[in-house]
Amino acid sequence: MERERGMIVLHIRRAIAYLVLVFLTILCLFFFYVLLINATRAHTDIQKGFSAVPGKAFLINFHNLMANKNLPVLKGIFNSLFVAAVSAVLTTYFSALTAYAIHVYEFKLKKAAFTFIMMIMTIPTQVSALGFVNLMRKMNLIDSFIPLILPAVAAPVVFFFMIQYMQSSLPLEIVEAARIDGAGEFYTFNTIVMHIMKPALAVQAIFAFVTSWNNYFIPSLIINSAEKKTLPILIAQLRSADFLKFDMGQVYMLIAISIFPVMIVYFCLSKFIVQGVALGSVKG
Amino acid sequence: MAASTNKKKSKVVRYNKWGYIFLIPFFLVYFVFQLIPLISTFYNSLFENYMSGLTQIGPRFVGLENFKSLFQNGDLLKYTGNTIIMWLIGFIPQIIISLLLAAWFTDLRLRLKAQGLFKTVIYMPNLIMAAAFSMLIFTLFSDNGPINSIMINLGLIDKPFRYLSNVWGARGLVGLMNFMMWFGNTTILLMAGMMGIDVGLFEAAQVDGAKPFDIFTKITLPLLKPILLYVLITSMIGGLQMFDVPQVLTAGDGRPDRAAMTLIMYLNKHLYSKNYGMAGALSVILFVITAVLSVFVYRSMVDRTKE
Repeated sequence: MERERGMIVLHIRRAIAYLVLVFLTILCLFFFYVLLINATRAHTDIQKGFSAVPGKAFLINFHNLMANKNLPVLKGIFNSLFVAAVSAVLTTYFSALTAYAIHVYEFKLKKAAFTFIMMIMTIPTQVSALGFVNLMRKMNLIDSFIPLILPAVAAPVVFFFMIQYMQSSLPLEIVEAARIDGAGEFYTFNTIVMHIMKPALAVQAIFAFVTSWNNYFIPSLIINSAEKKTLPILIAQLRSADFLKFDMGQVYMLIAISIFPVMIVYFCLSKFIVQGVALGSVKG
Repeated sequence: MAASTNKKKSKVVRYNKWGYIFLIPFFLVYFVFQLIPLISTFYNSLFENYMSGLTQIGPRFVGLENFKSLFQNGDLLKYTGNTIIMWLIGFIPQIIISLLLAAWFTDLRLRLKAQGLFKTVIYMPNLIMAAAFSMLIFTLFSDNGPINSIMINLGLIDKPFRYLSNVWGARGLVGLMNFMMWFGNTTILLMAGMMGIDVGLFEAAQVDGAKPFDIFTKITLPLLKPILLYVLITSMIGGLQMFDVPQVLTAGDGRPDRAAMTLIMYLNKHLYSKNYGMAGALSVILFVITAVLSVFVYRSMVDRTKE
């Protein structure tokens, strides 16, 4: 009797859990579903109200957006891709190198260097933006991609992830064995260590790419000319223009281009990414 | 024996110079692109330096005058309030839902299916471009947008609700987006914490006849305190940086009546109008608040590397 009641309670709890989970899943997907539908509909159809079935204007919207003289979208895609890809490579490589320096070697300032990096981890880029923009102006780097890319070399959060990964997966014996074989330190890092670090590098490269792809605050302060603008700047520009005069099919298409590529890559690699989040998380 | 230790030691020392060499790129880039700008920002906060029309005023040393006028002008207080309110609208449901989901996902008796799928979906909004997401929500919730169209078709309302002309409509949408972008991440963090709790504790409690609610409040929550604190503080630091979402949603002016204007949007306005004194002072204030909050994060992170 007691046992039976327990089973009923368990069933009810399970039903509630599924109900909440399904609701949250719908919430997370609903807005993007509407986006997908509206990106396939022509401006006049969109104005008539919402429809749950896709339209036939996907290619027309795409073509119109690419041909739009006021919004250099194709340039924007390439600029965003370039900045994000180079940033991702720099962040992962140099964060691993920095973590390696502290993980493998014993030197006087080791503790100080580690403490320093941990202390600056939570300082946001916004609070030094004023000095950053002024310095870039003095260095003649306004409207250049360098200020958007090069700072990625110093990424404390990625460093922290890398050093944790090394503590769990890079035994010092491997480094010593390489030394006995006569390998140089830099060579050992670039070949053996990079190979062992591959899973960590891949996850962090994805995160770094997405962070840079989505970045809006600093690029909007650095980039002026139309042909250098990245996608987030173009979206904000579209928002501040009188948007109701705009072709809504094109508006939805631009948002779709900014969101869906990241989403597709995420769903393909989600297993590793969600694991990566848990790996970088606090242990109890 | 002694000779061999000596030899080993000198070899180690010879290797260890590489520690310094490998640290050069990080520190060089950090000094040029972060530290020097930070110091120069602090320096700027002490000067009167702005554009009045086309005339350049200053730079003239004014000590702490900029801070004084920031605090005397009511805007700082108003925007701090806005930031806190919008953060709370997102954070309160986020922590409740995340705790619930994490407890369900780790409940061994519940044995939920398709966990991987659910986790994948709820984490997804975290990776979406905030500017694009905000633009999407803006178009969907506009007066003649799809949300109003659906609500009218379903007979829930007679005429469109003007979300973005309403103070709580605009703030609510910002909170909704923050919630959606962060509850998946928080769920995964809390799950990792819950899985670290000794299963024996739960089993012992069950044998003693404890109800799921009692187990949650008397065992899970107290043991989860360090992670909850970590989630709270990092979320506060993130909330302080709130920018992309309200900036794009309200076209930069926090409309209606600047009710969705955050501190970083205020900073951005000063940067664009080239009021360097005020921008500097505001940056220093934001830096100090972040630094105080960061002490907690620093402690919990350093503890982790010691394990």
